[in-house]
Formats: sequence, structure tokens, C-alpha cells
Amino acid sequence: MNGSPHLHLPVSVRLVMFKVLAALIPGIAVYVWFFGAAILVQIALASAAALAGEAAMLKLRDKPVGLFLSDGSALVTAWLIALTFPPIAPWWLIVTATLFAIVVAKHLYGGLGQNPFNPAMVAFAVCIVAFPALMSQWPAVGFTDFAAQMALVFQSQSVQDAVTMATPLDALRTQLHTPEARATVAGVLGSHATFGNIGGKGWEWIALGYLIGGLWLLQQRVITWHMPVAFLGALALIAAGFSLGNPDRYAGPAFHVVTGGAMLGAFFILTDPVSGATTPRGKLIFAAGAALLTWIIRTFGAYPDGMAFAVLLMNLCVPLIDMGTQPPVFGHKDKKNE
Amino acid sequence: MLAALFNFRGGVKPASHKDESTQSPIAPAPLPARLVVPLRQSAGAAPLPLVKAGQKVLKGERIGAPDGSFSAAVHAPTSGTVLAVEARMLPHPSGLSAACVVIEPDGAERWIERAPVDYRAESPDALRDRLRDAGIVGLGGATFPSHLKLKPGAAGRIATLVINGAECEPWITCDDMLMRERAAEIAGGIAILSRIVSAERALIGIEDNKPQAIAAMRAAVAGMAGAEVVPVPTRYPAGGEKQLIRVLTGIEIPFGRFGAEFGVQCFNVGTACSVHRALAHGEPLVSRIVTLAGNVERPGNHEVLIGTPIDDLLGLAAPKADTDRFIMGGPMMGFTLPRTDLPITKAANCILAASPALFPHAGPEMPCIRCGACTRACPAELQPHELYWFARAKNFGKAQEYGIFDCIECGCCAYVCPSNIRLVDYYRFAKTSVRALEREKAASDAARQRFEFRNLRSEREAREKAERLAAKTAAARQTIAGEKAEAVATATAAEPAEPATTALPPLDDAKKALIAAAVARAEARETDKTPPEEAE
Repeated sequence: MNGSPHLHLPVSVRLVMFKVLAALIPGIAVYVWFFGAAILVQIALASAAALAGEAAMLKLRDKPVGLFLSDGSALVTAWLIALTFPPIAPWWLIVTATLFAIVVAKHLYGGLGQNPFNPAMVAFAVCIVAFPALMSQWPAVGFTDFAAQMALVFQSQSVQDAVTMATPLDALRTQLHTPEARATVAGVLGSHATFGNIGGKGWEWIALGYLIGGLWLLQQRVITWHMPVAFLGALALIAAGFSLGNPDRYAGPAFHVVTGGAMLGAFFILTDPVSGATTPRGKLIFAAGAALLTWIIRTFGAYPDGMAFAVLLMNLCVPLIDMGTQPPVFGHKDKKNE
Repeated sequence: MLAALFNFRGGVKPASHKDESTQSPIAPAPLPARLVVPLRQSAGAAPLPLVKAGQKVLKGERIGAPDGSFSAAVHAPTSGTVLAVEARMLPHPSGLSAACVVIEPDGAERWIERAPVDYRAESPDALRDRLRDAGIVGLGGATFPSHLKLKPGAAGRIATLVINGAECEPWITCDDMLMRERAAEIAGGIAILSRIVSAERALIGIEDNKPQAIAAMRAAVAGMAGAEVVPVPTRYPAGGEKQLIRVLTGIEIPFGRFGAEFGVQCFNVGTACSVHRALAHGEPLVSRIVTLAGNVERPGNHEVLIGTPIDDLLGLAAPKADTDRFIMGGPMMGFTLPRTDLPITKAANCILAASPALFPHAGPEMPCIRCGACTRACPAELQPHELYWFARAKNFGKAQEYGIFDCIECGCCAYVCPSNIRLVDYYRFAKTSVRALEREKAASDAARQRFEFRNLRSEREAREKAERLAAKTAAARQTIAGEKAEAVATATAAEPAEPATTALPPLDDAKKALIAAAVARAEARETDKTPPEEAE
């Protein structure tokens, strides 16, 4: 303990994690405004499951439970899972998903700092493969009756069509990119109740909430600009290119960046430091790659949103990206000096 | 004209705490009862002791002679009697002991005969020798012998001198006070340094949180051609040699290379001051300014004789009751002193009293979450989190590949780490391990060479033995053949002795082989006396 430095900034993993949680609050507030308080119940369920799973795993792994339980990392995973799952999905779905994320995706890989994959996205991917019907049970715009929502969450009542609605991405994809599709982008957007001004009704405002929180994270230097800019930029660029070429068949850039998990992903999911690239150029490649995969899966794939798979696939590439993008060291930029 | 400023990446801005110790002028520290002067006070070889116990010495008398070029002389800091030349613990992170000259002052402070030198009248080589003999080393903390840094590269000159008055470490103010009070002497030193290397310009970099020092230095170099005071933004480690050179000139010196190769060299203001005193007054380096600060009642700066026990200084500053340890150097790069009866050396710029309230211990170490805060703070533009993984995994090859030796151990990464990882400790561990491995490898290479040499020798001996045997046999056969030939010749005198003539050449060959073997043996004996390491 005699080594320098003897000074330390008052920073901690806990502080970083709680800043991320705080930055999610604007988005959550808008979420509650448009879709009711069910999301808060889901967040509570996920948080409880995450903390329980974390505590059990820490105990099993003989780690200091109090220290790690209070670092806030499990809560970040829990909140991100809650925000990517349908808020009226049954309670056991989110509990199972969160436990899977914490126990398998995080602790079986070595716990905090060791997981190669984003735990929240692992949970999402597992559930969308295992429970596709439940994962597409999104509340209809205007369905904000808390008691009715709770009945769906806790009593597993059979879901009626009146309370659910296809998400904007789903609606667009099924009407545009299935073999029998005849519609145009403009036609679909104008006809369906799920669409708002530029994205999904309500969802576009939630995206704005995430954007505000994300910008605050940037200002706080919890994240750097590279990933949000590269992800949203690349997604917009790809979407713009295709929609210019065929505006009837491909949605425009504005639609893509405010829809689905794009905004949450750009600021909160890709930027997970543990599973993401770390070099400046690596971050750009990582995020742009995720944008390309997201757009492809959204447009041509079988799943409603491509964010989770795109992130996981890019997580796989992180060691390679980091290795290939090491920036030059001070004094070694000019190869003539070597 | 203001020189254009460049930027260095990274860095941090800890609270500077410079005001505490700059309220009173530099005060001379009282003469202690004993001085313990380590012989090795610079990078390079330890000087050879010139004194014995019982001997009287004068102030400024040489007590250690430089051992070769990569070394600098050491002098008696005051007049008195040498009590002992013995191993004592040094104020060094290693806690190692080395030869020290213990002097009991007589209180008279009698100088040797001081001979001022007109530096304009001497050749650069003569001036460099004078600096080595005056014990001038870098006073910024690295104590690199200054005369070596003044050797121009292939260009024959060093066009730009960077004079380091940045003093970026928090709490330390010895350079600040020196510039405020002795700017003229520093300017004198800069003139000498410039002359030695034929410098075109001297850029004096001072962090902009020292307005008084900047004003004093500006006044002092006002009439000097090529000398310019450049305020630099206050950001740790702006005073790091490489960082300051980069900020003032845009040049980046890679690890393991000399600034002279790039036409630039950096000297601390304290070094410049001692260069001036060495030549203009004939006074070797026997004292330095030391900041006493931190958790003390009376912070300040003192002119301290080299060898003064730190305990003697602590009384001047009066550490507060909750002081739990003392740091030599600043809070970012200094080390905790194992004891306080150790001497002040040429490297000691600051003694900092620490308390749990002032320098709280960082919280428990958490796993690295690869947040990249260290990367953004690293002025060497390394990837500290990657180096951390490699050091932890003892993957030293990878650590070297990722530039572990470019790390200047400034501590920025550990300062900002949210996981409280003692990153610099990991890097020190990796560097020490690599050096140890390299030493081991060198030793095993030498051992292998010795082994191969022995094998070679035993092979040669066996061969020689065989040859001797063959020669003897051949000689014997020759004799027999000769006798036979004689017998034949006497029997049939008309016939020439064919077998005898054919038998003769082997005899000659065998003789030659015998002689050659004897010579080789003699040579081998000569070589055996020299150990193979030296024979290389």
C-alpha cells in the first residue's frame, strides 16, 4: 500500500452505475406517461430478481456480498431488461430473464467486469427465442389502466387484442417485407394506429427521454461520444441510402433512429464498457457494425427488433476489434523513430 | 513572441495545494548533528569513495569520485570529520542500503578553495567535465547526470533547451520558490547550458498557476537572446519531461531515446541554478531546496544540505498529531518513507506529511470494468486497462508489446480508476519482472556459453590425445620402417627404398600435429584464465 499515487478521485463503480440508472429516469418517466405504471412494476420485479440472483451467486463464489451487491451493476442490467421487455408480460418472464442474465451471462463468466456478452441482451435474445409470443405482447397505445395491466402481469389472463398492438417495427415489417406484402412505407405509416409523428406513437417520445439521459451521461463523461454517434449515424446513413433508393419499401433514417431499441441501445446498451470495444476507433467500428446488423435484422429478419442480436454479435468481435485498433503510443506515432 | 503551444493528451487536475508552502521565503535548514551522504546519488555508477573514517573534510570537498562517464561526483556538504563510510538505508522505494559517508559537522562551514570559472572561455567538453565533477544531476527527481544530457547528438548541437519550471505535482513548491527568489541564478545557468550545446533558444515552461515565478523569470531572462518564458496550462503531468517537451516544441521523445537525438533537451530550473553556482561560484552541488508540506503546522521551503536526516527537518515543519506516514516527493509519484532517519538526497524535492484525512486510502479494489477512464487520463497514450490485464496475467510479452515501458508511472490512471485498482503497482511489478527475466536470460546465456566452451575444450583435448597417440604410433612405425628399410638397403644396395619414402610424409604430418596441439593447449590455458563473460 506504499505505492503512488496517494491521491484518488472520489469515483467508484457504484457512482458510475448509479449515474447510468439516473440517466434512464427521463425515458422511464415518458414511458409511464404513455403506457402506464406497469413498467415500474417490471423494473421492481427485475431489480428484486437481479439482487437476489447476484447475492446468491456472490455467496456461492465466496465474494464479499455487501461490496458487490451495492455496486449497482446488477440494477443496471435489471433496468435495461425491464425497459426492453413488454411491460405487460407475465411476472415470471422478467424474473426468469433477469436471473438468467445475472446467473448465466454474468456470474458464470466470472462476474463484474468479466462477461463477454451484454447480460441484458442475452436475456432478451433467450426470451425472444424461447417465448416469442409473450415477447411480442406490447400494450396498445392508450392502454394505461394499471389494474388491468397488473391482471395481465400477475394473473396471466389471456390477452385480448384490444390491449395489445404490434410495435411499429413489427407492423412495418409484416406489411412490407412478407411475400404477400403490397403496401408502401407511407401507406403503412399513415394507416396504422401504432405510428406517431416519425416513429412509434409514444415510443418516439420515450426515445427522446433516453436521448436526454444519454446526453447527460456524455456530459458526465460516463460514456464517450463514439458509440452513440457511430451507431445512430450509421443506422441513419444506411436507412437514408435505402429509403432514397426505394422510398416505398424502406423506412427513412428518422424512423429508424427513434424506433425500437435504437436510442436506448446507442446510449445505454452498446456503451456497456465491459462487453464493448474500448479503443476510440474500435468503438466506432463496434457501434457501426451493430447499426448495420440492427438494420438488416429489422428489415429482413424474423424478429421485431435486431438490437439484441446485433449487440451480441458485435460483442463476439470485441477482442478482435480492440486488438486491431490499438492507437499508437506517445512517441511511437512516427514509424521513422522506431 | 510567444511560442505556439502544443498539447499532450490525458492528464488530470488534482487540487494543487501550492499556497500553503509559499507564504514564507526559502529558509536555510539548521546544520544537523550528523550528515549521511549516500555515494550513489545519480543514475549510473556509484562514485568511488575518496575518504576514510577519521578524515577531516571541508565543505565542497570531493568525497566520491565519478566512476566512469555515467556517474557524477559527490561532495562533503559541510566541513567536519568523516565518522564512517558504511552501508546505510537509502530513501528509495526499494529500501535498499548502500555506501554512505557519515560526517560530523564542525560547525565552521569552511569551504574548499572555490574557483569561479568564466564559462565563455572554456570548451563545451571542459564544461561538461566540470559539471560532472561538481556533482550536477537532474534535481527534478530523476537525478540523471547533467553532463550526459548535454552531449549533442549527430547534429553536433542541441537547438532547443527546455527549462522545466512547470512543477505539476500538487503540494511541491521548491521550484516555484527558487524561481521567485533566484531567477537571476537560474538565468545564469540557462546561459551556461545554452553555450555548452550551442542552443538557439531556451524555452522556460512554467505552469500558469505560478504568476510570481513567471514574472520573476521573465524579468531575469529579459535581456537574453533566445530565452523565453512560456506559461503552460496547469494540468498534471505537464512537468513530466516528455510532456513538457511535447507542449513547448511538439516533439515526442519515445521511451529509451535521448532528447539530444531530436535536437531538444530538458533541464529542471533547480539544475540550472546549481549549474550556475558550480561555474560562477565554484560551488559543487551540496544542498537543495526541499518543500515541507502536507499535514504540518508550518509548511514551507528550506535550503537543506544533502545528507541531512529527514527527522531533523520534520521539527521545522511540525507535523500534526494525526500524521500516519511521510511521503518523499509529491502525492502523485512520491513513495512512502519506510523510516524518517534517512538522509535528504539530491532527488528529494519534498517531504509530505500524510494523514488518513488528507490522503484517504482508496476504497477496496473492484474488478476492472474497462470503462476507459484510465485511457483518457494516460499522458503516454497507453491503454492502461489492457496493461493491467497483461500484468495481472503475467503476460509480460504482451505487456511489452502494448508499451509497458513507455509508462512514466505518473499515476493518472490509478487516480481516476473507479475500481480503485492500484494500477501503477501492477506496472511496476511487470517492469521489474521483465527486467529480472532479462537478467536471468543473460545469466543463463552466459552459463550456456560456459558449458559449450567446456564441451569444446574437452572435445579438443580428446582429439589432441588421439592425435598424440596417432603420432606416437606413426613415429614408432616409422622407426620400424626405417630399420626395415636400412636392412633392405644393406641387403639390396642398388634398389631405392620405396616403402621408406612413402612412410616419411606421415612422420612430418604427425610432428606438425604435435606442435600445433601443443600451441593450441598453451592458448587454451591462456583463455581458461579469462571467464567467458569477460572474454566476450
